[in-house]
Amino acid sequence: MSEPCTVLIAEDNAADRLLLSTIVSKQGHRAIVAANGAEAVELFAQERPQLVLMDALMPVMDGFDATRQIKALAGDELVPVIFLTSLTETEALVRALDAGGDDFLSKPYNKVILQAKLGAMLRMRSLHSTVLEQRNLIAKHNEHLLSEQRVAKAVFDRIAHAGCLSAANIRYLQSPFALFNGDLLLAAFTPSGGMNILLGDFTGHGLPAAVGAMPLSEVFYGMTAKGFSIADVLREMNQKLKRILPVGVFCCATLIHLNLHQRVLEVWNGGLPAGVLCRKDGSQQPLLSRNLPLGILEPESFNDHCEVFDIAEGDRILLWSDGVPESGNAAGEMFGEERLLNVLKNAPHEHLFDQLRAALSNFTGEQQDDLSLVEVAVVPEESLPWQSLPASASTRQSPLDWSAGFDFRASTLQAFNPLPFLMQWLLEVQELRPLAGTLYTMLTEVYSNALEHGVLGLDSALKADANGFAAYYRERMERLEALEQGWVRLHFDHRMEAEGGCLTIQVSDSGGGLPAAAMAVANAGTPFAGRGLRLLNELADECWRDEADGSLFLRVRWQR
Amino acid sequence: MPISSVASSDGHELTISIQGRFDFGAHQEFRDAYEKVAVTPKTYVVDMKGATYLDSSALGMLLLLRDHAGGDNARIRLVHCNSDVRKILSISNFEQLFQIS
Repeated sequence: MSEPCTVLIAEDNAADRLLLSTIVSKQGHRAIVAANGAEAVELFAQERPQLVLMDALMPVMDGFDATRQIKALAGDELVPVIFLTSLTETEALVRALDAGGDDFLSKPYNKVILQAKLGAMLRMRSLHSTVLEQRNLIAKHNEHLLSEQRVAKAVFDRIAHAGCLSAANIRYLQSPFALFNGDLLLAAFTPSGGMNILLGDFTGHGLPAAVGAMPLSEVFYGMTAKGFSIADVLREMNQKLKRILPVGVFCCATLIHLNLHQRVLEVWNGGLPAGVLCRKDGSQQPLLSRNLPLGILEPESFNDHCEVFDIAEGDRILLWSDGVPESGNAAGEMFGEERLLNVLKNAPHEHLFDQLRAALSNFTGEQQDDLSLVEVAVVPEESLPWQSLPASASTRQSPLDWSAGFDFRASTLQAFNPLPFLMQWLLEVQELRPLAGTLYTMLTEVYSNALEHGVLGLDSALKADANGFAAYYRERMERLEALEQGWVRLHFDHRMEAEGGCLTIQVSDSGGGLPAAAMAVANAGTPFAGRGLRLLNELADECWRDEADGSLFLRVRWQR
Repeated sequence: MPISSVASSDGHELTISIQGRFDFGAHQEFRDAYEKVAVTPKTYVVDMKGATYLDSSALGMLLLLRDHAGGDNARIRLVHCNSDVRKILSISNFEQLFQIS
């Protein structure tokens, strides 16, 4: 037995009205009655009954019009209308259905059939209202989810766009809600004027895929700004993700470091499709995945080894997530890697990105919500803005009058990059912060000179061509691994002066320091492999070589 | 998505067979295939003969199985991988974690 409800009976015959309301009442429902269609519509609006028994032919307004109006008033709600009719012609029955009728009951009335039909209609009504309720609930949940995603995206955009994705040499394509498909694209200047770019793709979709993005970008931006090498950044990202993500959730990623000064590209790819280094001369080199994704291996087993490529102005690096080759069209085909590489092979060098984007949208015909594509061009160092660090909020007094010396010996040289820590210490002098980029570049230069030439005895003339370039870095790695003794010494001295302050850096190494000839050539302004020395000459206020032990002095001044 | 598992007669090895798309939709079934078994196998075989596609959530599920089977000490073979499946596994360098054939 269905739940008691209100049933509207519209019937112009008083005897039939009475009969019908008796049957309905006996079934436990409340009956309300109308003598014509107009009364029925009015009564419906007042009482909102759950079911209507409607005579087809009535004075004033017939059952067809009344049904139309009642259905319109009912809106989303299902109010079953059962036509009471002696009509047997097909045409009239069709009219009743057209008007919105749900069933018929023919005269003379049979009590049992009426009861059965009432029951069936009320069951249908309750099913309908359940569906409606669920639909509304789903719509509400979905709206809620979307608004949560909007808020999360706003917060995330503020973090992600702390970087330099808007730099002149970067172009990218990323669907607005790619984050909730697990895609992540980050870019930041390094203190020395280079650039780090990370393209990541977390497993899964939705919130679980997006949560890992926060810690990852924090590590990326924090460590990049402090000048850590990408190997350091990678190790930290891997161990952080390994620690916080559940097993089975990980991040496929490519991290690249663009050293515009030395024209070196470092690449680490764990699990992303191979990107491509497109050289200006038309040759292409794949940037292959050689590692497990981030967040899988324990720190001890993690491999932070990066591939090193020489690069020249005008070269372009393209990276993409698997959403690009997996983009589908209406026929269910995938864009595919082959099509992608073909576009890259045939497009004019300056239009790689545009043509790839055009090919993708031609193929799919609509915007895909799960892809990331980025192009980074190798540009002259000067064309990008140097990053100066803002003064720290702390009001502590700067240490202005001090000196400190560091000796880095073999095992430390092998495994540790001291520059970020030295920089952190130097930048405690608030007044040096505007010079952070200059200082970092100088330190990088003198440290790698001392290590590569002084301690490891490498000859930079080797780097003259691409083969030599690769050989140089292979040799560097092998000699460093085999290193048993040797040292690099850095001495810092900071003093007050009448108008400001002065920092003096002294660098020496176990290999006898800088050859006298190198300094002479650099001072003469001759173009020579010792490009670094000329740069140091330009960056420092003073730069000289100690004749006695070959150590190099650099002096930088700041004014109040 | 039908995933089934069969233990060897001595109970030392469990073979999990994948049919069709191996993606997030198969999550619960895949877990059930190694969690709801009466045996405690020493080695696992994931038979990819019927797998047409594999996405990154499937890689995640394989890592879950690896964790279940003892992490670094797990002995898991992925067999009958077709070239598409093999390619996805190799981009992610999963051959470092699983024996793939």
